[in-house]
Amino acid sequence: MTDTVQQQIEKLVNDQDIVLFMKGTPQFPQCGFSQRVAAILDGHHVSYASVNILLDPAVREGIKVYSDWPTIPQLYIKSEFVGGCDIIVEMDESNELAELLAPFKNSDS
Amino acid sequence: MANDINPDHLRELVLAHISDAKVEVKLFSGDDHFEMEVVSPSFAGKSRIAQHQMVYAAMGENMREAIHALALKTRTE
Repeated sequence: MTDTVQQQIEKLVNDQDIVLFMKGTPQFPQCGFSQRVAAILDGHHVSYASVNILLDPAVREGIKVYSDWPTIPQLYIKSEFVGGCDIIVEMDESNELAELLAPFKNSDS
Repeated sequence: MANDINPDHLRELVLAHISDAKVEVKLFSGDDHFEMEVVSPSFAGKSRIAQHQMVYAAMGENMREAIHALALKTRTE
């Protein structure tokens, strides 16, 4: 049972370059921390997949196990866990995030 | 009393796991939204994710229930 959720999460983070697990959606975030990370990604003009963990309790708990990380949001780039809100904000301020996201920038922006 | 989550309790939890840490904790909203800065030489050479995981591990089960939000910063000095 747990394995199925872990496999499902693995598939989600492998299928897309950038995946944000969040509360709500980028359009209608339901938590300030999720909202902040979505806004940062939008500011970098990258496309990303978002997973609303509020819709699925199994994913909500499973993602915490997957990354050994107790909080939401969680950002994955190229299948790798990059961080939660605090780390993404720090990486944005230090320009590390811009470097990491550079290959995924939308060409029309 | 032991289950009371307040800034002092959170500081003690971190110190119990990372004894050389300097910890500052305060409430930033309500009674379960915390802001914490942890400075420790033990973080040296570790990724930010690993540093935060050390602090989360110190919080233990409290991260799941009692703490609604924890804004965390870690540094080595």
